[in-house]
Amino acid sequence: MLQSPVSRFSFLALARNALSGHQSWPEQWRSPEPKAAYDVVIVGGGGHGLATAYYLASQHGITNVAVLEKNWLGGGNTGRNTTIIRSNYLWDESAAIYEHALKLWEGLSRELNYNVMYSPRGVMMLAHTVHDIQVFKRHIHANRLNGIDNEWLTPEGARAFCPPLNISGNMRYPVLGAALQRRGGTARHDAVAWGYARGADAHGVDIIQNCEVTGIRRGADGAVTAVETTRGTIGARKIGVVAAGHTSVIMAMAGVRMPLESYPLQALVSEPVKPVFPCVVMSNTIHAYISQSDKGELVIGAGTDAYVSYSQTGGLHIATHTVDAISELFPMFRRMKMLRNWGGIVDVTPDRSPIMGLTPVKGLYVNCGWGTGGFKATPGSGHVFAATVARDEPHPYVAPFTLERFRTGRLIDEAAAAAVAH
Amino acid sequence: MLLIPCPHCGIRPEIEFRYAGEAHVARPAEPAALNDRDWAEYLYMRSNPRGLHYERWRHVHGCARYFNAVRHTLSDRIVATYKAGDPRPHGDALLAALNPVDVRR
Repeated sequence: MLQSPVSRFSFLALARNALSGHQSWPEQWRSPEPKAAYDVVIVGGGGHGLATAYYLASQHGITNVAVLEKNWLGGGNTGRNTTIIRSNYLWDESAAIYEHALKLWEGLSRELNYNVMYSPRGVMMLAHTVHDIQVFKRHIHANRLNGIDNEWLTPEGARAFCPPLNISGNMRYPVLGAALQRRGGTARHDAVAWGYARGADAHGVDIIQNCEVTGIRRGADGAVTAVETTRGTIGARKIGVVAAGHTSVIMAMAGVRMPLESYPLQALVSEPVKPVFPCVVMSNTIHAYISQSDKGELVIGAGTDAYVSYSQTGGLHIATHTVDAISELFPMFRRMKMLRNWGGIVDVTPDRSPIMGLTPVKGLYVNCGWGTGGFKATPGSGHVFAATVARDEPHPYVAPFTLERFRTGRLIDEAAAAAVAH
Repeated sequence: MLLIPCPHCGIRPEIEFRYAGEAHVARPAEPAALNDRDWAEYLYMRSNPRGLHYERWRHVHGCARYFNAVRHTLSDRIVATYKAGDPRPHGDALLAALNPVDVRR
């Protein structure tokens, strides 16, 4: 190894490595053997888990941390989503956490010294019915009261922002207008996982891949003491479960039942083409969302399958339905070939809002329930969850999202903002 | 797309059916006696297993009747269906009948 893994990216580093044929770039993070015990063990090496570890180390000085990932980093929902970032949620509690995340996105590449390719190209949500118009306008007003940008566009305005859009009125559900959040956009999903992993590792966090948690040990007082894994038992004073679709499975190991159901959510990409699509367009009503990656592929989000599943795949009729909608909205894509489709397992809560915070088990914390829209929240979720784990009390943004809300009835109903048809 | 054996009509494609959530979640016999925690348990908590899942389906574009199914959530293979009100079949026997490929990992 010629350089330490924490070497910074810079123009000088790029030039130096170019001269040596790019053969001397170091590994971006270590692959250590697990230690006997850690102060904090994070279960789940996706974006949210890695961000949590990064902020634990960088903001709270807790560096004796391990991130356990059963497969490879970012191979679950972090690598399977459609990378859409926005913060136009209805309720104050949601607006606070999602806007916190959006503000962190804006400075994330600099913070991590790693290009996450955040691209605020605008997210436009289409209205197709009178009800859509009323709901979106309500969202726009609520957002603006919370200081979040969101504006109403006429059909002509929508087409001006996204020229491929069909507003002709010959559709089954014609476009009647749109809500546009200009600061919304996309980021490179892998880079988010890798950037946080590199940053956490540089602070001393151990990132342990191919390490599946198989049990949670508790002491006589009920507090957690260790996790059992496929690579041996690892002691833990605190455990943060950030396992997305598999949260119910992990929490059951500690005897905690969760108000979650896991569904396959599908996405697909087309063959790559030249830049033709300038923004992100979403349609809740006829159910499609689409953007174009920097590589040129159309990235298309489909819906969830109807049933609980961990199969990471879904029925073709779900993807077909979305392609029907895309073809009607953007007739120029009708003859595009789709290259791949896949599913990710999303953990959906009854009110479509996440669950973050403490649990009935001492030392056990959970960050889950992001459902069909967790990617956008990655930096904010990790930031406030790290504070919650470090201080053993909910961060102010976390407090409304505790597991307790299902007992008290203080649900945060974001079914309309969640966009994916459930 | 799943092929679902309706206990009344036989095997039909999934699009004829509507999924109706976890089965055997019984409404409390005495709702007035429940505290908030028990209500939350009944309304919101779900087993969400990685393995055999007992679930309700409704053959909405067929006989329109509700029935129960047992499906393995890793392979999505339906191992049994039975009429609403019938006792739930025992999981171990159903697991033994599954192809090992369906339950790996």
